[in-house]
Amino acid sequence: MAIIETSTSAPPPASASNDRPVVTLHAVSKVFSNGTLALSNMSLTVRRGEFLSLLGPSGCGKSTALRIIAGLGAPSSGTVDWPSSTINAKGLPQGDIGFVFQDPTLMPWTTVFGNVYLPLKLHGMSKADARPHIMETLALVGLADFAEAFPRELSGGMKMRVSIARALVTNPKLLLMDEPFAALDEITRQKLNDDVLKLWRSSGVTVVFVTHSVFESAYLSNRIVVMRSRPGQVFTDIALATSATRSDEYRTSEEYRATTALVSKALQDAIHAGGGAH
Amino acid sequence: MAAAVNDTLGTDANTVVAAPKTPASEQVLRVAIPVGMLVLAIVAWEVYVLASGTPKYILPSPVDVVGALAIGWPTLLPSLWVTLSITFEALFLALIGGVGLAIILVQSKWIELALFPFAVVLQVTPIVAIAPLLLIYTPNTQTALLIVAFLVAFFPILSNMVQGLKSVDHNLLNLFDLYGAGRWQQLVFLKIPASMPYFMTGLRIGGGLSLIAAVVAEFAAGSAGAGSGLAFRLLESGYRLDMPRLYAALILLTATGVAIFGVTSFISWLVLHRWHESAVRREN
Repeated sequence: MAIIETSTSAPPPASASNDRPVVTLHAVSKVFSNGTLALSNMSLTVRRGEFLSLLGPSGCGKSTALRIIAGLGAPSSGTVDWPSSTINAKGLPQGDIGFVFQDPTLMPWTTVFGNVYLPLKLHGMSKADARPHIMETLALVGLADFAEAFPRELSGGMKMRVSIARALVTNPKLLLMDEPFAALDEITRQKLNDDVLKLWRSSGVTVVFVTHSVFESAYLSNRIVVMRSRPGQVFTDIALATSATRSDEYRTSEEYRATTALVSKALQDAIHAGGGAH
Repeated sequence: MAAAVNDTLGTDANTVVAAPKTPASEQVLRVAIPVGMLVLAIVAWEVYVLASGTPKYILPSPVDVVGALAIGWPTLLPSLWVTLSITFEALFLALIGGVGLAIILVQSKWIELALFPFAVVLQVTPIVAIAPLLLIYTPNTQTALLIVAFLVAFFPILSNMVQGLKSVDHNLLNLFDLYGAGRWQQLVFLKIPASMPYFMTGLRIGGGLSLIAAVVAEFAAGSAGAGSGLAFRLLESGYRLDMPRLYAALILLTATGVAIFGVTSFISWLVLHRWHESAVRREN
């Protein structure tokens, strides 16, 4: 059976070593210029090696929280710490973060190779030096044969793989994913979920995954942070551990069903707490 | 992924299906139809002039026009050269000025706000109307014509380029910020490539307009004698009722316009055909 703990305080990590956290948000609030209070007094600690899902109704500020973690847009109040990263002149962690947007966000004027090369190019690496590593990363996402293709020649799922390869090419400590598969069909989404899990297991990267799907979060994560809206903040923090490796069998297991039931209940409570408006 | 899809459809991997090709006959027709129509129109023109007995000083026949072109070549060629050099110098300066100013404008909203009134005033003023003024301020007519043609071609390039530089995907901008890209990197690797479709629109419009402006400005400025462009030859031929020569000058202008359109369209295709929807053939 699953070992499922639920608590509103920070639970012990399920499968992470207990060294310094990757990123810590402390009492972070964010007000946009149009007056929207996106986040209020949100605190969150992301530990090394976690697969953490931020789950919540739309408009609960989960994407905003992810952007603040990435250093895109400073919080209105509160602090963000990257205790184990080198901080650059702009006060942001240097080269430690990969970001996958909801859209593939590829540059249409260059090839798959050119898109994956971008982060390395911006860090001043020559194309010749970068090539072996880029091809390795493309092979990892199953696109080695498509290096010279242009984004418009690819399917939606393949574009997303390019986006993931680009995020991974710098060997980041932290991979941030903002509803990356929300626009994909069910078959492609399941395939990519499996691939992301495999990448996470093999590379040991820490993942923060924003989603509004209970099933996706329950399948992928070892920790789910459920957020409420109005104001956006952490509602409950659920640590998950599974007895089996997650695969197609796991999708139909009783354990998975119980987990989704638990997470669904937490999400319903969070929506209710947010005044039911979403 | 492709293999998996094939499996579900039960497609035999060894089955080779030839890609649909455009048949050779269609490729010939694509050229033959427009050329044929043009030849037909010219023949109809010739037949009409001969049959109706219309005098040359009203409507010359195509044969007369070609004759006038051959005879008038020694005066028409230098005039064509003058018009061409004004057109291309103006377009070249407009490209440098338009792209350069667009890049400066998008660097900061304060610069944009400061220069905005000037841009609007210059854009809404009919530039040809200031040609008489420019004639007073400039040392010679050619310079005045060049300035007018430059100003006319400059604005479509500037406004398209500004629009293009601002139309960058916000998430790509975020991505560049995330990787700590500097302003220069952002400009060279992101904003300029992203604005290429807009730039190409500006180039095509600017190319056509610089020729039109070079001709119209010469009408307005009323240059004469040596160093005159084709516009002066048009007026001169009109005054002398030398219609075949007028038509010959007109044909040279049209051919120039077609050539500019062809070259700018080709440059646009060259840059965009691999990636931009406007230049990619749709296939369903």
